[in-house]
Amino acid sequence: MDILAIAFLIIGLIFFTGGAVGIIRMPDFYSRLHPAGLLDTLGILAMVLGMLFYTLHHFSMDTLIISLKMLLIVFFVFLSSPTATHSIVDAGMRAGLRHWKKKDRR
Amino acid sequence: MTTFFLYTALGLCFLMLFSLYRAIFGPSVLDRLIGVNAIGSKTVILLLLIGFLYGRVEMFIDIALAYAFLNFIAVLAASRYFHKRKGLYEESFFE
Repeated sequence: MDILAIAFLIIGLIFFTGGAVGIIRMPDFYSRLHPAGLLDTLGILAMVLGMLFYTLHHFSMDTLIISLKMLLIVFFVFLSSPTATHSIVDAGMRAGLRHWKKKDRR
Repeated sequence: MTTFFLYTALGLCFLMLFSLYRAIFGPSVLDRLIGVNAIGSKTVILLLLIGFLYGRVEMFIDIALAYAFLNFIAVLAASRYFHKRKGLYEESFFE
């Protein structure tokens, strides 16, 4: 069970690393939102699954309530993170930000 | 296992520095907003890890849930504020 928890935590760290590198290196505002919106959501899912396996190792009523609250966090983040990303894109579109073309400098 | 949680939390703090670069040096205001959003979603996981380190998960999980709500509302309000703001176009490219 601990090995499963460690594996999921490492997978989550890999997702978060991809998101951070994408936020640093993407050339444009719109393309920066893509790693920021997707990889953070999936990283939260993987790391919470890892902590869930660690918590459910000693099964009792308390750990069951704690794991249900962790799944509630995942459910809320899966609803809220795409909404926040779409809201930022909408603000950029209405403010008239131009997207990146190939001739532009990074 | 506690040592592994500690090093995972340290790695997460190191990844926050990358997002902090975008939040400080971002060309436009909305780039800074992306950085703040990424830091907030990492902070939720960091609060859960701190709860495991202190051995009091049942208290820290409520703080993490409240922080997820606050992060969502803050990003939503800030992006609504910049809806009608013209002049973001000039800031968005270098020089």
